[in-house]
Amino acid sequence: MTSLAPPSKKIWWKEPIEKGELIWIAVVVVWGIILTLMMPFWHIYGEQNLSSEAYKTTAEAFQAKTMAVVEEYTVRTEGPFNKPVVKPPAGADIYLIGRLWDWWPAYELEKGQSYRLHISSTDWQHGFSLQPANINVQVLPGYDMVMTVTPNRTGEHTIVCNEYCGIGHHNMLGTIHVVEGGASGE
Amino acid sequence: MSSATASDFRTCPDTGLKFHRPAEALIKANAVAAVVFLLVGGVLGLLVGLTRWPEVHLLEADAFYQVLTAHGINVLIFWMIFFEMAVLQFCSSTLLGCRIATPRLGWASWGLMVIGALLNNYAVLWKGNSSVMMTSYVPIPADTWFYVGLILFAVGALINCFIFLATLVIAKSERTYEGSLPLVTFGALTAAIIAIFTIASGAVILIPTLLWNLGFVSHIDAGVYRLIWWAFGHSSQQINVAAHVAVWYAIAAIVFGAKPLSEKVSRFAFLMYIAVLQIASAHHLLVDPGLSSEWKIFNTSYAMYLAVMASMVHGLTVPGSIEAAQRAKGFNSGLFEWLRKAPWGNPVFSGMFLSLVGFGVLGGITGVVMGAEQINLIVHNTLYVPGHFHGTVVVGSTLAFMALTYWLVPILFRRELILPRLASWQPYLFGLGMTGVALFLMGAGTLGVPRRHWDILFSSAPGGGYEFSAAALTMMSLNGMSVVLACLGGAAFILIVVGSLLFGRKLDEEEKVGREMIATPPAEASYAGIGSGSITIPGTLVMVFVFFAAFALYYFINWKYLAETWGIS
Amino acid sequence: MADQGDDDRDVPVMQRILDNPFILLFIGILIPTMTYIIWGIMELISIPIAD
Repeated sequence: MTSLAPPSKKIWWKEPIEKGELIWIAVVVVWGIILTLMMPFWHIYGEQNLSSEAYKTTAEAFQAKTMAVVEEYTVRTEGPFNKPVVKPPAGADIYLIGRLWDWWPAYELEKGQSYRLHISSTDWQHGFSLQPANINVQVLPGYDMVMTVTPNRTGEHTIVCNEYCGIGHHNMLGTIHVVEGGASGE
Repeated sequence: MSSATASDFRTCPDTGLKFHRPAEALIKANAVAAVVFLLVGGVLGLLVGLTRWPEVHLLEADAFYQVLTAHGINVLIFWMIFFEMAVLQFCSSTLLGCRIATPRLGWASWGLMVIGALLNNYAVLWKGNSSVMMTSYVPIPADTWFYVGLILFAVGALINCFIFLATLVIAKSERTYEGSLPLVTFGALTAAIIAIFTIASGAVILIPTLLWNLGFVSHIDAGVYRLIWWAFGHSSQQINVAAHVAVWYAIAAIVFGAKPLSEKVSRFAFLMYIAVLQIASAHHLLVDPGLSSEWKIFNTSYAMYLAVMASMVHGLTVPGSIEAAQRAKGFNSGLFEWLRKAPWGNPVFSGMFLSLVGFGVLGGITGVVMGAEQINLIVHNTLYVPGHFHGTVVVGSTLAFMALTYWLVPILFRRELILPRLASWQPYLFGLGMTGVALFLMGAGTLGVPRRHWDILFSSAPGGGYEFSAAALTMMSLNGMSVVLACLGGAAFILIVVGSLLFGRKLDEEEKVGREMIATPPAEASYAGIGSGSITIPGTLVMVFVFFAAFALYYFINWKYLAETWGIS
Repeated sequence: MADQGDDDRDVPVMQRILDNPFILLFIGILIPTMTYIIWGIMELISIPIAD
């Protein structure tokens, strides 16, 4: 009778469905299809699609690549620990290390230009959270994740860590400066 | 195995339910353990909320991460799964009037779960070297007892799921019921199946992690860990969904004598849960390296949102069955007389109805939004995530379980509820507080505030930190106030339930509670001609279409938010 | 058993599936294991090594 007891009819599969229920089922099926199609739709027409390009790497290999970029393109240092600020040419492969408890190095990018940003961790898991653009990706040791980023707003952006990584986690910060094309950003 | 004798059963004088005494003892033991861990986890949650409140900022950093770890595990895992074990035993043994399979093994698994939960808490709270969050992502190290505790707990719960299945087999072979399982038991079966996948996944990843911790395994891949861990971590919340939907149907029957609008539709919706609810574990991996968009889209969408469709169907059929029963009882005028004249002062009903609405609006809509592959970029690991699951697990599951507990105290524990006036207020207090928590955390998350973060003011950062907007900080203060409100509601629940078990008037085995504990179902004939025209549940239809409008609007707003950020490809 | 078998012949296939906990258990384990775990692990282990 009620939901606490077995169905009153032995064969309930052939019972007719109430009209209100049928209307709603039609709505939710159509909605489910729309929700599903939105994701491929955005891959075609949207500007924000994370690529699945990634490589297996090691802390040493990733550090070496990062060092090479830092040595070649550093324009100045900043902050209490003299973190290098790297200004790479548009389209370059650039490398960002997440480690306890720092994002290294800092970058200066040009608005409207694209860069192949590689991110990895050299120790524990971290969370790359770029503010105020609010872009968030998971950063894993052993994985080199590649995303092509195109900044659309100038100003100083802060990288916050949003995956817990031990007692210094809340102070793990990094910087990406975005400047107009051709300007020095000073 | 020997059959049970008549003296092994008692028949409840109020409900006619046949309790197998060994099963009854197990249900009580699991329910009591659940409430104890709710209390522990709730107190820890208050400390988390007070630390996140910028003006209060109660705990130091190390204590905060320790408390946050324990809060998550105690409520998300221990409170939920203990209560679900009680639900499984009730829905099999009691609803089918059948002896429970292997009660001794039931006690052994209960013991394993209790020991596991205690060991895990010992590692986190006492030894203090396991502040690794609930997720314990490798290679961050926790204490050995942390993993041992979780594994013992998982093994115990897994055994209980098989006892549930064995009890179904006994009931069928001993013919304690005719035909198909009751819908509520079918919902519990759904929860048990999801639980088996969930817990097995947990074992598959936690056992190698324990061996790594002990030095027998040299390396656990961080990506593979996350993939399998989330088959445990996310699916365990899907057990809650299936279980609380079963509880909704149960309470609709208990309070209104409601019958399912259609057995076919409701059961098919549960089948969709069984088939695809677990694959949405991919929600957590949408911004992980290396997984293809095909994998992400297929899994995050529950293979074309089949499970979302199922939830939306339950969202109609549960209130719809209530509307039909109320109309059959004569509350048939207008769109909403049936709802207006519902027993809003009865916490069994109000808790269930707030759970239904809260789960759908706060948890359901936001879950779909953040589970869209690309939108996840602006949500992942922000406070939006805990905001969402405080909508699903707390307003949804916890409130539904609280509502059922108010009914179980007299029926199962044979105690009259104390403080009935407080009890009639409690679901509103708790529901309102937790609604605030969910909304303000999601608001802050939308503004980029990270989860699992001790100090969003960055007051101790050497070079200065990021300045979150004033709106974000206001959200965090409002969240703190909501936490306090919700904790008052939680404390009221604990006070009423524990107080009733200790000091409530004892009811003898034959003594009736004195009010209707399962409503008499309306006569079949009185269902004829209800509603308006050919629609028997017009009020519920209006409600679900309002819900749908909000859903669609909020969904597309978030795509617009996404479109405003940097280009990413 | 014989008379029960006769009865069951009238029961539609879908209802019989829904009435069988072990078929449901099989579905509920097989689908997520294949589409989520196995497919996912295959993708993770096929990630190339950075040069």
